[in-house]
Amino acid sequence: MTGASPYRLVGARPEPEFEVRVDGRPVPVVPGQTVGAALHAAGVRTWRTTRFGGRRRGLFCGIGVCFDCLVTVNGVENLRACLTEARPGDEVTTS
Amino acid sequence: MTADAATYDLVVVGAGPAGLAAAGVAARAGLRVAVLDSGARVGGQYFRALPDGFRAARPWALHHGFSRFVRLRDGLDGADVLLNHRVWAAGPAPGGGFAVHCLAGREERAGTVTGARLLIATGAHDRVLPFPGWDLPGVMTAGGAQALLKGNLVVAGRRVVVAGTGPFLLPVATSLAAAGAKVAGVFEAGGRFALAPRALTRPGKAAEALAYGWGLARHRVPYKGGRAVVAAHGDGELTHVTVARVDAEWRPYRGGHETVECDVLAVGYGFTPQLDLAAQLGCAIGADAAGGPAVRVDRHMRTGVPGVYAAGETTGVGGADLAELEGLIAGRAVVADALGVPAGTGVGARPEPGTGFGPGIRSEARVGARLEARRRRLTGFARALLRAYPVKDGWTSWLRDDTLICRCEEVPYGRVKEARDLGAADARSIKLLARPGMGWCQGRICGEAVARLAGEEPGPPRRPVAQPVRLGDLAAMDERTSDDDS
Repeated sequence: MTGASPYRLVGARPEPEFEVRVDGRPVPVVPGQTVGAALHAAGVRTWRTTRFGGRRRGLFCGIGVCFDCLVTVNGVENLRACLTEARPGDEVTTS
Repeated sequence: MTADAATYDLVVVGAGPAGLAAAGVAARAGLRVAVLDSGARVGGQYFRALPDGFRAARPWALHHGFSRFVRLRDGLDGADVLLNHRVWAAGPAPGGGFAVHCLAGREERAGTVTGARLLIATGAHDRVLPFPGWDLPGVMTAGGAQALLKGNLVVAGRRVVVAGTGPFLLPVATSLAAAGAKVAGVFEAGGRFALAPRALTRPGKAAEALAYGWGLARHRVPYKGGRAVVAAHGDGELTHVTVARVDAEWRPYRGGHETVECDVLAVGYGFTPQLDLAAQLGCAIGADAAGGPAVRVDRHMRTGVPGVYAAGETTGVGGADLAELEGLIAGRAVVADALGVPAGTGVGARPEPGTGFGPGIRSEARVGARLEARRRRLTGFARALLRAYPVKDGWTSWLRDDTLICRCEEVPYGRVKEARDLGAADARSIKLLARPGMGWCQGRICGEAVARLAGEEPGPPRRPVAQPVRLGDLAAMDERTSDDDS
């Protein structure tokens, strides 16, 4: 790290973070971030395993094309974490 | 906002530069316009904006040409903007015009928007090529890394390698570096100066390239041409990549390999236009300058299907400037066609001030001619770029038998070879035998690789649905349709 940060770069004064729970673990979110971005920022790079090889998957295309990052949010299955905006109190589960 | 029971003069699919420009022109001319986008904010990939929650004092710091975006966004003038609308099908509506079927809202509920005319401005996504280890967590597309940063203020990794081909690698690397990542290197598989002579013919582009070069130098980011990431490694997550020196066909030289440590690899080999809707609607699809598929349009951006227009990357990948211009032309054509006057005259459909085509030009026809001339210039530049950064066949020499080709169905290269040995001579037969492209993404990620492995040029998509849709939603739509019929 060079001391630079994206927050300094754009002069961000973010609103207070809220939490979502991912498989029971709290993950902090800046209002407006996607579930996938919040997980990635929290150092969680994978949250799904594939059906056959049990390979770990997380963000790949990041824009809703590849479907690698699927999660269940409040019981709604197969949502793309990279597109799904997190909301306070969301219960996210992974497979 | 509900998506049901709305009838518009124009439905625009995609709120990037092309869609916003067209919607603004049409709305300012008095048409009822809906703009649909899969994202939570307008701007598309290029102008991906930060959520308000960040309260950014300098939102433009992560953008090139942000003032243009502000002008487009603020010029929508009464058009209905339907965000989080993911279009999965479009076709003729029973009562005339077009029905656009979407999954709307965060929970993706089915809905339909109808309009007399339809503009396809669905943009493009990163083109990726398989290589050993490319499905390790930490390997992501260049556009994905950019989306994390521009849309979420998340820096993809601490130590990042940027690799692939094309000019897009430069802004990705410079913005990651500016945001605090250590960029361990930019590895361009093509020649280092593939673009340079042509860039000089567009002064704005030359200045942009210089700015990126300066950005790389300032952050001490090494940029190397003729290098490709041919393997990614790590025990469960990415820890390092193998970078090979490659020849003009992208075959690695013996012994020219180096290992570069990184926690993220941002990789992209150009872009693939999203043509699902155009293919569904039966629009004629031709080849772009590099042989890839692109919607055929006339000089007013009309496709072969009356009432359907296309603009931006769907007509051939050409970048944000060209996309915006094509959006303007398409919007004017929609207005002219709606009024029943010759396209290119575009009565009342002036581009907004600041575009160089607004005040001071009396004749609408003159405006049309100038827009067309400018489009010819930008298209020429875009074609030169596509030809300067082609995908070369040598990438197949990076593959091993256990390298996944299809990430969704987990089909390794060995199974694709088996299918070929069994006599599958084309991409479709390979798909039927070995199942690459049959999973969630419907071949968006691996389709081009499979086509190339079959020795074909990548063709247009053949997807009856453009997004996976729940069976319950399909069934509910059938009920609605039969109710309507009775």
